[in-house]
Amino acid sequence: MTEATVDTITEATTEPSKEPTVNYGEITKNGLWTNNPALVQLLGLCPLLAVSGTVVNALGLGLATLVVLIGSNIAVSIIRNIVSDAVKLPAFVMIIASFTTCTELLMRAYTYELYQILGIFIPLIVTNCAILGRADAFACKNKIIPSAIDGFMMGLGFLVVLVTIGAIREVLGAGTLFADMQLLFGESARDWKLNILGENYPGFLIAILPPGAFLVAGFLIAIKNSIDSYIEKRRLAAQPKEIIKGAKRVRTTGVIN
Amino acid sequence: MAFIRVTSPHAHIATTTGDVMRWVILATIPGLVALSHFFGWGTIINIVIASVTALACEALVLFLRGRPVLFYLKDCSALVTAILLGLALPPYAPWWIVFIGTASAIILAKQLYGGLGYNPFNPAMVGYVILLISFPVEMTRWAIPETLIADGESLPSLISALQAVFIGNTTGIDGFTGATPLDLFKSQQGLLVEQITSENSIFSLASFSGVGWEWVNISFLLGGLFLLYKRAFTWHAPVSMLAALAIMATLFYDGGSSDSGGSVLLHLFSGGTMLGAFFIITDPVSSATSNKGRMIYGASIGILIYIIRIWGNYPDAIAFAVLLMNFAAPFIDYYTLPRTYGHTKSERATRSRDQ
Repeated sequence: MTEATVDTITEATTEPSKEPTVNYGEITKNGLWTNNPALVQLLGLCPLLAVSGTVVNALGLGLATLVVLIGSNIAVSIIRNIVSDAVKLPAFVMIIASFTTCTELLMRAYTYELYQILGIFIPLIVTNCAILGRADAFACKNKIIPSAIDGFMMGLGFLVVLVTIGAIREVLGAGTLFADMQLLFGESARDWKLNILGENYPGFLIAILPPGAFLVAGFLIAIKNSIDSYIEKRRLAAQPKEIIKGAKRVRTTGVIN
Repeated sequence: MAFIRVTSPHAHIATTTGDVMRWVILATIPGLVALSHFFGWGTIINIVIASVTALACEALVLFLRGRPVLFYLKDCSALVTAILLGLALPPYAPWWIVFIGTASAIILAKQLYGGLGYNPFNPAMVGYVILLISFPVEMTRWAIPETLIADGESLPSLISALQAVFIGNTTGIDGFTGATPLDLFKSQQGLLVEQITSENSIFSLASFSGVGWEWVNISFLLGGLFLLYKRAFTWHAPVSMLAALAIMATLFYDGGSSDSGGSVLLHLFSGGTMLGAFFIITDPVSSATSNKGRMIYGASIGILIYIIRIWGNYPDAIAFAVLLMNFAAPFIDYYTLPRTYGHTKSERATRSRDQ
């Protein structure tokens, strides 16, 4: 802690404008709720909509994105004072691409079947705007630890939404939950499959197809917004009302500005 | 003396939305009678389930949105959506099919966009497409027309129809399902038109299209003409759609060879052609607005229907064609602004400085 404060001071003396104070609670809240990459920033929609057909696909891609996001945030934070603005973005993209390649190779080694199912969407993590967005908006202005935490929280926010959409689509579309989890957790996970809606569920195909992803994502965004507006209403109601003193006049003529 | 300034149209009595909707419901009666005559109770049961679902969903969402419930229910627009969907769905479809279709039509396609007047897509067609994509087996199981039922048997009774719909006990129904003319034509592509029409009783017993279907389509045509007489819509969209479909069918008839797309009459009087032409594409909300725009809109739908019917994966294509053109309707409107009275040129939506 002391080291960190000393560090902040020295950094602050050299580059006063570049190092905002860090509040970990704020970072967590931003990543998971207020500035959630999937529900608020609407970034990374392509993988979000394309591979959220089942929980296992969603979890696989979500974890891969999480790893890439943490790695790229740390790496970008390390080099933040070295790269000039002119080559900033290409450098970030290179970093993200290398982490994506690492993740891809790892998935190929340990979860080969899932790697084949997710296919092109693993390399496409490079193009996930949430990652480049965090590198540019947060990691290149903050130190390593906060950047790593921010990457983790943003990745987690993305992962949670991805898995929620995956779960809803899997239940609606196939009537099951946690099917094929052995692709990610080994053979023992084969029995995790739950037949929520019974063996004879005919399957609501549109939930698995792309329109279903849009519908479910839309409903999640709507739910989040309605919770937010409810909280806001409560907050306003709890605030003491300001009483305006003096006579009030209703203006009936002229231009009202 | 004060003059009251009223803009045109100078009608004696205003035609309310509810009036138009009730005319539409009235105009579907001939089609409904024909469908029930040839296919039995199925369509009526569909319509009843769909109407109850539609009214309940509409009321629920209006209540949640804090809108006046009765005011909007009384304009009958939800009922029209339900009836059109009920007419389009296969008779004796399980109740949950009708329920899901109607609920998604009203909630997803209509109310989530802001209710009547704000929906960019035709709600009934959205419901139909959701069902067609999700439950292809149930959605392609049409009943066979009464004329083709074997001697000594008759259409399913009301009891066995209700059993099939609500319990899923299809023993009384299974013998009564079969392919529609368009299905048959599609599955037998590669044969000469003459062979197809002579070997299948659904064509050989018909006067000019498919047994039963020709009368269903004629009935919808009559209903449509009634609406035209009532001026519920203008002639532009239906006529251009039917004309475009007829022209496409003529161009690709190919003398009845094995590559033929089928005769003009087959395309005009089978499947949902007339229902689509007069009841679906004339929806004032989701179609183009100007007369010129409606001609383009209707003709494009006619062409799309033919393309999907012949070269696509589905035997009938009204719903897909209509949804695709619903997407394009604002774009068509953008380029077909009508000329304002007193101006020589119509104002361009794409206004540029040099004009």
